[in-house]
Amino acid sequence: MKKTGAEIVWAMLEHEGVEVAFGIPGGTIMHTYHPRRHYGVHHVLVRHEQCAAHAADGYARASGKVGVAIATSGPGATNLVTGIATAMMDSSPIVCITGQVSTPVIGTDAFQEVDITGITLPITKHNYLVADVEELAEVIHEAFYIARSGRPGPVLIDIPKDVQQKSTEFEYPDDDVDLPGYHPVGKGDADLVAKAAQLINQAERPVILAGQGVMMSGAMDLLRAFAEKTDTPVAFTLLGKGGFPESHPLALSLMGMHGEVFTNRAIQQADLLLGFGMRFDDRVTGRLDAYAPFAQKIHVDMDAAELNKVVKADVAIHGDLRQVLEQLLPLTLPNEHAMWLERIAEWRAQSHKRDIINRPENGHLVAAHFINEIWEATEGQAVVVTDVGQHQMWAAQYYPTSYPRQFITSGGQGTMGFGLPAAIGAQIARPDKEVWLIAGDGGFQMTMHDLATIVQERLPIRIAISNNHYLGMVRQWQEFFYDKNYEATRLLNPDFVKLAEAYGIPAWRAKNRRQAREAIAAARACNGPALIDFEIANTGDEANVYPMVPAGAALHEMIERPTYVATDYKSLTSHQVEQVPVMDTVLA
Amino acid sequence: MQSTLVALVEDKPGVLTRVASLFRRRNYNIESLTVGHTENPGVSRMTIVVDSSRTNVEKVAQNLYKLVNVIKVEDVTEQPTVLRDLALIKVQADGGSRRSEIMQLVDTFRARVVDVALDSLMVEVTGTEDKIDGLVDVLRPYGIIEMVRTGRVAMARGKSGNGHK
Ligand SMILES: Cc1ncc(C[n+]2csc(CCOP(=O)(O)OP(=O)(O)O)c2C)c(N)n1
Ligand SMILES: [Mg+2]
Repeated sequence: MKKTGAEIVWAMLEHEGVEVAFGIPGGTIMHTYHPRRHYGVHHVLVRHEQCAAHAADGYARASGKVGVAIATSGPGATNLVTGIATAMMDSSPIVCITGQVSTPVIGTDAFQEVDITGITLPITKHNYLVADVEELAEVIHEAFYIARSGRPGPVLIDIPKDVQQKSTEFEYPDDDVDLPGYHPVGKGDADLVAKAAQLINQAERPVILAGQGVMMSGAMDLLRAFAEKTDTPVAFTLLGKGGFPESHPLALSLMGMHGEVFTNRAIQQADLLLGFGMRFDDRVTGRLDAYAPFAQKIHVDMDAAELNKVVKADVAIHGDLRQVLEQLLPLTLPNEHAMWLERIAEWRAQSHKRDIINRPENGHLVAAHFINEIWEATEGQAVVVTDVGQHQMWAAQYYPTSYPRQFITSGGQGTMGFGLPAAIGAQIARPDKEVWLIAGDGGFQMTMHDLATIVQERLPIRIAISNNHYLGMVRQWQEFFYDKNYEATRLLNPDFVKLAEAYGIPAWRAKNRRQAREAIAAARACNGPALIDFEIANTGDEANVYPMVPAGAALHEMIERPTYVATDYKSLTSHQVEQVPVMDTVLA
Repeated sequence: MQSTLVALVEDKPGVLTRVASLFRRRNYNIESLTVGHTENPGVSRMTIVVDSSRTNVEKVAQNLYKLVNVIKVEDVTEQPTVLRDLALIKVQADGGSRRSEIMQLVDTFRARVVDVALDSLMVEVTGTEDKIDGLVDVLRPYGIIEMVRTGRVAMARGKSGNGHK
């Protein structure tokens, strides 16, 4: 059957199982938009192409399927760039389709010409400039395969206008792709797995560091079986949140810069670390030369380039985590680490005492409160999407997850503006779930124009703005490390309630815990989108995220949560760096 | 310290850019890079010389593998390998004894004169980089007008092929 390039795009998207694409049309991609209505792919019109990429990313993270973004050439394509870089850093599978000027004029600085394959070379897993309509179907097929297989990532396909217009005999390509240089890894090396099993069986103070790879390889059940059999506690990275139920007795917490003290202590005092599908980011390790000094390290990752990149592993296994755990499980002995777990439980109890959530009521609203209220109201079952900043860390700390793909956040790039469009993607991927966006007042304003998309698509997204009238995370660093010089971080904000109402979105403002609870109930009662402006405390210790490992400090050199005297809030001790002993005498 | 990597890549547009972009992006120090055809149509071969005192060679190979169009990468540094560089050197030679002196040097280095002009000679030499450096050193006093070197190409000795189908 003859098809034009434009028709082939949609036929192939259908063939790849795509239900939805996010985009904005324009001169060089209009031709592709034209036949869309004959195909079963829903198109979501966003208000900025950055949102198309983030929405595709959010869709991918929430569903595990490939997200699709479409943009015209030139500015449409360059607007995708932040979203592509974000997806690249967090290994999120998206396919971006861009229009390009017609092949005869490529290179002539034609209207809206930009070298988008050149620009995105270092931020895509792979990209294509389609030179001929004959290769279009195969390229799209390959692109989807590359995006979702191995270590997933973004793939961009740049299609010149004349390629969209030309017709050719169309046939669905074979399922197999012909990529002689691309072979995602499966099992790990048997000798290395045996060596790892030996270290695991001998360990007395093991800790698992669970990353996003747990979810990508679908290893949640095996991780749990492994942790239970070997009695090993599980700490997680920001993107690893959701890979292990946080209510499990062996669950620790977020690790690293804003991880709980008890978790970072456990890592520093461990004698064996098991890095599972994570990459020892600097936010996770703190100062490297003081990282887990007593621990042997086992590192399993499907990207060989991640092994021994940051942390030298005693056993580095190149493999798909699920398959490696299948190999490992029969080789490990059932174990008990009662003393080690008891020790951690004591530290955990100390952390709990300091936790702001356990502080008596003082009339102030802090993010921990409203996030906890959301957690309780939703019984911990909502999909939580965050933006970037303090509220992101608080969301990670105060919304414990219980299932994979439940917590969606920009980790590696820390892209402000990610939250709202990612929530659009997540809600479309999970119509069965209540989706909450938790955004800062700063980052929300980077992509809030896509409130219009939420309304146009009738998405029942609940939006919580953590409004501290500051670029809070930067303000915190200024307070701690830049002489309290709050340069360029104070925000004069619009009235978010009125703003929401202008879009026809019901909205509330909450200034204390009671109002927060009521607003959450009211927002949940809406059957469309709703927004709550949470006015949170923005001075003193209540304004800051604790605990914190300062940049360049070791994991045990944490700024702990301030201690509070129950009756006297005026005498809050200000933050201080507390040296936790590197090695506990009990364990040494 | 230098290491030599041999990479087989798909002969597709933009592959060299991808490899070069990778080196820049990862801040790798590359001494030389050559590309050419192989016995297989559709497959090109790159020889990459890395300064291994400043760049982790294993990471270079692993990151090259992440490029979809890279088929195979081999570190041949420790293998018995034939390493060759080719140079064209244009030297001043305005008649008389200087010309015959240069011819003798060229002979000694098993190089060849490939072009003769009134006041210059063009010399072609193949060999290891050391050998070429040696010839360049002895020719320099005569006045080198122009020189071009291809950079290193490498092939492991013995029967084994490069493993590509
Ligand atoms: C696009 C982008 N620009 C700048 C930054 C640097 N940055 C990190 S956190 C932050 C402040 C975020 O403020 P807000 O959205 O109000 O969240 P808060 O920290 O107050 O919760 C900034 C500016 C970033 N991460 N991303
Ligand atoms: Mg803020």
